[in-house]
Amino acid sequence: MIFDFRRVGAALLFAALCLPVPALSAGTGLVFVSNEKTHNITVLDPKDYSIVKWIETSRRPRDMRFNNDNTLLYVACGDDDVIDVIDVDTLEVVDHIPTGPSPEVFYFSPDDSLIYVSNEENSTLQIIDVAQRVIIDEVATGAEPEGVVVSEDGKIVYVTSEVSDMVHVIDAETHTLTDNIIVGTRPRRFVLTPDGKELWVSDELSGEVSIIDRATNEISHTLQFLPPGFRQVDVTPVGMEISKDGSTVYVTLGRANHIASVDAATKEIKEYVLVGSRAWGIALSPDETTIFVTNGLSDDVSIIDVASMKVLQSVQVGRVPHTVRIDE
Amino acid sequence: MSRKGKQALLPALLAGSLALAVALPSFSQEAAPSAGQKSASPQEPAQATKMLMGYVELADDPRYDEDYAYAQVPVRPLGRPFDATAVGIADAAQIGKVIGVDFAVERKAGENVEELVTTVQGWSDQGIGFVLADLPAAQLLQLADALRDKDVMIFNLAAREDALRGENCRANLVHVIPSYAMVADALVQYLSFRNWRNILVLQGPLDGDAQMVAVVQRAAQRFGARIVEVRPFQLTNDPRRREQSNVALVTANADYDVVLVADTDGEFARYVPFATQFPRPVVGAAGLVPSAWHWSWERHGAPQLNSRFERAAGRRMGSEDWAAWTAIKAVVQSVLRSKSTEFQPVRDYLLGERLNLDGFKGNPLSVRSWDHQIRQPILLSTGNAVIERAPLEGFLHQTNDLDTLGMDAPETACQF
Repeated sequence: MIFDFRRVGAALLFAALCLPVPALSAGTGLVFVSNEKTHNITVLDPKDYSIVKWIETSRRPRDMRFNNDNTLLYVACGDDDVIDVIDVDTLEVVDHIPTGPSPEVFYFSPDDSLIYVSNEENSTLQIIDVAQRVIIDEVATGAEPEGVVVSEDGKIVYVTSEVSDMVHVIDAETHTLTDNIIVGTRPRRFVLTPDGKELWVSDELSGEVSIIDRATNEISHTLQFLPPGFRQVDVTPVGMEISKDGSTVYVTLGRANHIASVDAATKEIKEYVLVGSRAWGIALSPDETTIFVTNGLSDDVSIIDVASMKVLQSVQVGRVPHTVRIDE
Repeated sequence: MSRKGKQALLPALLAGSLALAVALPSFSQEAAPSAGQKSASPQEPAQATKMLMGYVELADDPRYDEDYAYAQVPVRPLGRPFDATAVGIADAAQIGKVIGVDFAVERKAGENVEELVTTVQGWSDQGIGFVLADLPAAQLLQLADALRDKDVMIFNLAAREDALRGENCRANLVHVIPSYAMVADALVQYLSFRNWRNILVLQGPLDGDAQMVAVVQRAAQRFGARIVEVRPFQLTNDPRRREQSNVALVTANADYDVVLVADTDGEFARYVPFATQFPRPVVGAAGLVPSAWHWSWERHGAPQLNSRFERAAGRRMGSEDWAAWTAIKAVVQSVLRSKSTEFQPVRDYLLGERLNLDGFKGNPLSVRSWDHQIRQPILLSTGNAVIERAPLEGFLHQTNDLDTLGMDAPETACQF
């Protein structure tokens, strides 16, 4: 089967019939929020934060990624074992790529030809050929793999195992595990610093961020967070976003209902901002003036002004919002 | 529609099935450490250290009568918690490969506790220091006392009696299963939170029922609820005792917001919801039930754990199962962080403040120094949904809100 021509055909036909289609091209600035429990994506207008569209997806949409030219948005749907593909112009689901059970977080190879996806039910990292729609290989990881990131040159894949408290280092050519780095408790997500030197990992249950020196695969710094009025046990960091110049990292603190901004050079925590309940997903607007945060237990998105570090507004979305991505 | 891709996926999955098989736990008595994982780590030492843990239970244990499993009584186990150790060992396989330790569990089902004592003494001589025990309180104490002078730490998976954490506490016990006081506090916190403060308590004839009533009274005092009356019930068809056996009669002539059933057996409680004289919710052993774990819990990674367990055991995961899985995890975590497989450093880490155990209930877990109870959230669930997780918002403690559940340091009767 490989490719469902009927579906795509129907979608294209439908799109054609619905003229005039707004001529949205890449760089619309549209904000996409995946809602785990309502099985849809909320699309927000970047100017007034009004809801432009609800896109129905396969069940339990979680992580999302754009392809390189931002024409397609890929969405991992955990309960239907597929990655849905959304046309960014038409805002329609145009394809489904089959995965193993319960895909959660994924990342593309630099040329978009491969998807590396963590399968938390099977405890593997799957490597999917995007053009062929075939799982070409599968690498066993520790239980409940979660965060996935690929090095800039595409040679290394980093994967966290939530249960094993470690980051696996996987050779992208041979698909073998080359190293394991023990970090804090329940490691979740990654950011790579633009200088290529550091890999940041959020440790949800120990309330930390472990910073790994990529040259040695050793932990060089451990950050601990404590927003005012909260206790160590309430701090459960998950999502992270780094500014383009690499100077600032923003970290969502989960049950502590705050995000933190961290000076990436000095590793100092600069500020805490109060957001909604159980903040997880985070994204910076293309001009880096605004931060969007998904609040999984209050079903809304907090929109923060970077200059004043204050919440401008919150927008109600679907149930249990997971990830937020912005079309740059 | 979104299921369409599945047929195309099949060949790919078949190709990957070898690698997947590793993720499934072994069913053999000695859960085998994962072997032949597809991508062996180059750091893997040539010879891994074997880290065996023990598991003891009674071969003939009335708690596992099939009638009870059939009835799915929420306050009783659905099956032997040993099933959960296989999941714990499989979860630890990757850690074991990286640190060069083969984790495994050896099981012994004894005719009586004397036989188990002999077994564990033998294990101790072979260097097995951590033993999981699925035993009633009396036998658990016997085992702990017989092993007092050995390097052995016993994990209590099933005995909920507060005395084991109080006047009868033992330094070589760690209680994974929550005590009666912890679940009572969780429940009464919820009732206070909802402002259902007037409680009619129904008490069964068993020792455990009396203990439950005592801790409910304590909880009512702590959290501002009021016990309207404690009424005895009996499970009988004798018409001369219908005031104690007929649910409508036993719940009549009183003014209350909620009925709390203290029934550690669970059989009477099954028939209380929807049979009360007045339209009032039922909590305790039926209705809204406080427990360490529930299969419908779906936050903090719980669905993945539930599905791993269901694949391994062929049934749903309950509180004792969670306790067995957590005990294995506590040992593995302590080995990983103490960088040792020796008894003393692992024990010290396990009992120390830094244990930051992920029990899939949100808060990091650790062991209370004053009575060796694992502090943990309690789930309040109906038949198919977790309604709340205690401690509830607003119930605060000066150091750790989890210590609002159960006996806190100043109240403990335990002296090691």
